[in-house]
Amino acid sequence: MSGHSTYQPKNAFMKWFHSRLPIMDMVQGQLLDFPTPRNLNYWWTFGGILAIMLVVQIVTGIVLAMHYTPHVDFAFASVEHIMRNVNYGWLLRYMHANGASMFFVAVYIHMFRGMYYGSYKAPREILWMIGVIIYLLMMATAFMGYVLPWGQMSFWGAKVITNLFSAIPFFGEAITTWLWGAFAIDNPTLNRFFSLHYLLPFVLAAMIGLHVWALHVSGNGNPTGVEVKSGQDTLPFHPYYTMKDSFAIAVFLLVFAAFLFFGPNYLGHAINYQEANPLQTPAHIVPEWYYLPFYAILRAIPDKLGGVIAMFSSILILLALPWLDTSRVRSGSYRPRFKQFFWIFVIVCVALGYLGSKPAEGAYVIWSRILTAYYFLHFLVILPVIGLLESPKPLPPSIADAVLAKKNPAAVPAE
Amino acid sequence: MKMLKSLTIAGTVLAAIAGGANAAEGQKSAKDVAFSFEGPFGHFNRAQLQRGYKVYKDTCAGCHSLKLVSFRNLADHGGPEFSEEQVKALATTFTVQDGPNAEGEMFDRPGVPSDRMPSPFANEAAAAAANGGAAPPDLSLITKSRAGWYGTFNQLVNGIGGPEYVYSVLTGYEDVPDELKAEQPEGKGYNPYFASGHWIGMPAPLTDDADPFDDGTPATIDQKAQDIAAFLAWTAEPKMEERKQTGFMVMVYLAILSVLLYLVKKKLWAKVH
Repeated sequence: MSGHSTYQPKNAFMKWFHSRLPIMDMVQGQLLDFPTPRNLNYWWTFGGILAIMLVVQIVTGIVLAMHYTPHVDFAFASVEHIMRNVNYGWLLRYMHANGASMFFVAVYIHMFRGMYYGSYKAPREILWMIGVIIYLLMMATAFMGYVLPWGQMSFWGAKVITNLFSAIPFFGEAITTWLWGAFAIDNPTLNRFFSLHYLLPFVLAAMIGLHVWALHVSGNGNPTGVEVKSGQDTLPFHPYYTMKDSFAIAVFLLVFAAFLFFGPNYLGHAINYQEANPLQTPAHIVPEWYYLPFYAILRAIPDKLGGVIAMFSSILILLALPWLDTSRVRSGSYRPRFKQFFWIFVIVCVALGYLGSKPAEGAYVIWSRILTAYYFLHFLVILPVIGLLESPKPLPPSIADAVLAKKNPAAVPAE
Repeated sequence: MKMLKSLTIAGTVLAAIAGGANAAEGQKSAKDVAFSFEGPFGHFNRAQLQRGYKVYKDTCAGCHSLKLVSFRNLADHGGPEFSEEQVKALATTFTVQDGPNAEGEMFDRPGVPSDRMPSPFANEAAAAAANGGAAPPDLSLITKSRAGWYGTFNQLVNGIGGPEYVYSVLTGYEDVPDELKAEQPEGKGYNPYFASGHWIGMPAPLTDDADPFDDGTPATIDQKAQDIAAFLAWTAEPKMEERKQTGFMVMVYLAILSVLLYLVKKKLWAKVH
């Protein structure tokens, strides 16, 4: 992970240190001087925003864990103890709860950016696939975290999700019992969810390490999709992108703070302020907003096992995305047809989210089925076909040319 | 700026898919009340919270617990702000079970400020048995666990209407409509605002009193319903004032920081564009 550095130890101590652990060399080569395409727009800042959000979640989470009690009789009360008696406990908890939502806002923007600009294409397939695994880990972590306050939706949400595994033929019941650690969702379930909720973020951090490693092998993609050809095309990461990212992070935190301080429960469910009661099923069991599109897909299929398979497939299909898109042009900016279908896909995802929040009845079910079918159609038919059929717009010869053309259209000679 | 535009879109998308809670069947939207604690600069009205405490003590405490609140909280900054002496005095009006003592016996003593508010029933089963099979809910978080109205954008702008829900249920008792008379369950009244179907076990609890509150406010049903709703908004969110004040300063700080960072970024990038 080196090679861009011009690091020279300045004094005898650093020379001694450098010959034993060349970490400063890596910092300079991979962090400060790392050549980054000069045309990255603000959609590229969400990687940095996600890193910050992970840190926010881990730091607030560790402190919350110092005051939380993972026991069915005390969990709900201990969360309220945090809200009422722990110094700034309300701030930590609201930060953690809203931080999870903001984490997903950022990851969805990051993923759609990758889809639009073809960031998953060679040579970045592994980078993309690690990203999909990170997303899956995030979903698992957030799910288990939502169970911890032991409110009504915590309990019944856990029940719905863990019951999905009972759809597995032959072993379903046994697997569900094994997951619960009991014959119902009970104290052993809460305990293991707490343990795993604490563990997974560190697995996540390790995966993010691999994600960044893979990124630093291929280098960043960029809005033109044209690979870096010369030094003209790049800028050192610091100070150019450290400043651009810092600005974006500050604006993102502004949005985060607006939710955190002025609508801290808006993104949650009111009924989760009622303690879990295994004998009283809520009228509507709805997952957190970031799962809603997948929840809609799950319920769209009339068969339980089929629904579970469809739901998991809808995420796992992303792993195959690099090979489903047949176009040789990377960036959506130069693909007029693809661009239209991309935005239709975004709207379909949002619409599925809306449907996931509605009861599974009447027209909602019919629309869920239509849009679920379209979701898979997008990956399995539309992407492979338009890649072959469409005629892309001409690409700029290099990133530097593209930047100059944007700045001063007349200065670029016609090709 | 492109960034802001993007974030606005992201926010709208978020709002569109979030909070799509569903109204319980037939629940009527709560009546809106202009509470003093609404909005980004809202504060609780101390006198109102103190009146609300009195309504709780005189009317609700017979059946509803308030388990998450300690007497000492009544003196906390941002709450009813009773004086320390007042809190000591009002705690002693409750009997608290303590123990076991050296002989292993449980014993009763007057309340002290560090005690939680005592519950009216020994346990949930006792509460249910005394109330026709359904235990009256604890009220500590009631304004956060019940929505007065629904709709993604409605809730984004107006909140979930929890205090309004409490107010509307308390003032929303109506005669049973003729077409529903046949299905009226034994011992239940009609209240279209009630979240779990319009049949409610609790009889209309408030009455117009001839004597006003200590501060001279007339003790009408409407006034008492507003006051208890405000009090329960505080019990559910006792750090609300601190949260909004901190939030304002954080927003100002981040806004200034964003502008400064933008200017630095612009100057830095001017050289390479």
